[in-house]
Amino acid sequence: MIDVSNLTKHYGPVTAIRDVSFSVAPGEIVGFLGPNGAGKSTTMRILSCFLPATSGTARVAGYDVFKDSMEVRRRIGYLPENVPLYGEMRVAPYLDFVAEVKGVPRAERTRRVAEAMERCLVTEVQHRLIATLSKGYRQRVGLAQAIVNDPHVLILDEPTIGLDPRQITEIRSLIKSLAGDHTVILSTHILPEVSMLCGGVIIINRGSVVAQGTIDRLVDEFFPTSRVLVQVAVPAAAVREGLAAVPGVVAVHEQGVPGDGTWLVESPRGRDLRGEIFQLAAQRKWPLVELRRVGATLEEVFIRIVAGEDTAAPGPGRDGEGAA
Amino acid sequence: MKVWPIFKKEMRLYFTSPVAWVVLAVFLAIMGFFFWSIFDYFGRLSMQAAMQPMMGRDLNVTDGVMRPLFSNFSVILLLITPLLTMRLFSEERRSGTIELLLTYPVRDGAVLVGKYLAALALYGVMLALTLLYPAIVLYFARLEWGPLATGYLGLLLLGGTFLAVGILASSVTENQIIASITAFGILLALWIMGWAAESVGGTWGRVISSVSILEHFDTFSRGILDTKDVVYYLNAIALALFLTLRSLEARRWKG
Ligand SMILES: Nc1ncnc2c1ncn2[C@@H]1O[C@H](COP(=O)(O)OP(=O)(O)OP(=O)(O)O)[C@@H](O)[C@H]1O
Ligand SMILES: [Mg+2]
Repeated sequence: MIDVSNLTKHYGPVTAIRDVSFSVAPGEIVGFLGPNGAGKSTTMRILSCFLPATSGTARVAGYDVFKDSMEVRRRIGYLPENVPLYGEMRVAPYLDFVAEVKGVPRAERTRRVAEAMERCLVTEVQHRLIATLSKGYRQRVGLAQAIVNDPHVLILDEPTIGLDPRQITEIRSLIKSLAGDHTVILSTHILPEVSMLCGGVIIINRGSVVAQGTIDRLVDEFFPTSRVLVQVAVPAAAVREGLAAVPGVVAVHEQGVPGDGTWLVESPRGRDLRGEIFQLAAQRKWPLVELRRVGATLEEVFIRIVAGEDTAAPGPGRDGEGAA
Repeated sequence: MKVWPIFKKEMRLYFTSPVAWVVLAVFLAIMGFFFWSIFDYFGRLSMQAAMQPMMGRDLNVTDGVMRPLFSNFSVILLLITPLLTMRLFSEERRSGTIELLLTYPVRDGAVLVGKYLAALALYGVMLALTLLYPAIVLYFARLEWGPLATGYLGLLLLGGTFLAVGILASSVTENQIIASITAFGILLALWIMGWAAESVGGTWGRVISSVSILEHFDTFSRGILDTKDVVYYLNAIALALFLTLRSLEARRWKG
């Protein structure tokens, strides 16, 4: 449904994205992640036909965003990052205008607008001036304008930013309900949201895609070990040596405040060392306070990928150093 | 072409903001004042003429009332039309709404035409309201229809050109004030050319005066309909709108 290959965009001297390639299957909800300034909004602006790319191609719903821009635009709903709306218009007439511009037939317009308002929970403010709405309501009106023509593809740039916890849940269930007959690409900084909503993720850093796939696959890829958290109430050095000597241990890291006695023990995937560690503690008479397995979350994957990139890989404009 | 929804939206925005109402009121008040003062002047002049029959022969309503009146109108237009167009693209860019508008399935050209027609329609309404003044005159005196009709057609074309230049200025900046001052500057420059033409004289003088925006208006106010002048204004409008389209396109590339 969305096919991006070798997309590059320069803003004057600034390279916002470089050689970005990914694809999103029909009916999928994909999370688009990356630190601030990574190029998420830029990519989405290209996908929504607002900005032309410097080079590379992007196809949405089978059409090229540059050559067949009108066909693409008919099939997408776009919510820009800062949710630009006409403050001097009222909600319902505004949505009616959007539906008309998007080509919803006159006979269906009233129904479609009412439906979009209902789904985005803005029916009760439909007669208000948009300028007088709170941030959360503006966000929802923005979402309503994106879905009012029931587009195949939704491009949502941080759709849940600025919403209260209850609204976030409601909007998430709305987005979730769109899966199946809609393809959604959404950017966000709230990673649990991605775990909740998205089948796949695309992680972009400094303008390049650094990882993509399902969350499970990324966890496997970036955390190839099983991990056990151990807390004992005795001095540090002896414990580290003891744990490291357990057969099967790959690495031991100190967790939390140094001297706290909390350790993270890594072993090859699938190998559970809790029994051995318990035995060891019993033998040495270490008071064992906590012993549990920890799974990797998307946060950890994200931080590992982005931090790893920042230290290991060359940043923009320093290409030569990577090989040295 | 989805011109109609854009047109409706712009009209709605015009009348929900106070700017259109203020401009309309000020325009009508100033026009009314000019109308009154010129008629008053002409009235006194013709009274004198009645006493001195030698002078009366040259006096007629067209030259005495209509020409000065329309020339005053054109000055007011110069000041007021940039206020009608300054918002059209600048505000969309400032508030970011252009990002949504230009991702809807509507061509840039249709957006432009919708906006331009909305400005033109508002201006048309303003102009139609000033017909009230000739109607009042008609009640007291005989009026010549020819010059009145060509004069209003001229005003429509002149105003249409001013609006097209204004929309061009609005497409290059996100600041409404800068947009209106730029439009005013361009129009003033095109106008002053007319004076320069006189002092330059010769071939160059003729070239300059053929470009000058007001030179072409004079024939309309004298009751003459010359296709050359109509074509001049239509060309000027087309050129300004074409440049606006190019400027929108250039903005897209710059991001
Ligand atoms: N109009 C512009 N002119 C110049 N540079 C720009 C422009 N827009 C974005 N950039 C630059 O392009 C890069 C990518 O920006 P982008 O907005 O795509 O990041 P993002 O991933 O959306 O970040 P955030 O998480 O903060 O929203 C940044 O370095 C930014 O400074
Ligand atoms: Mg962004």
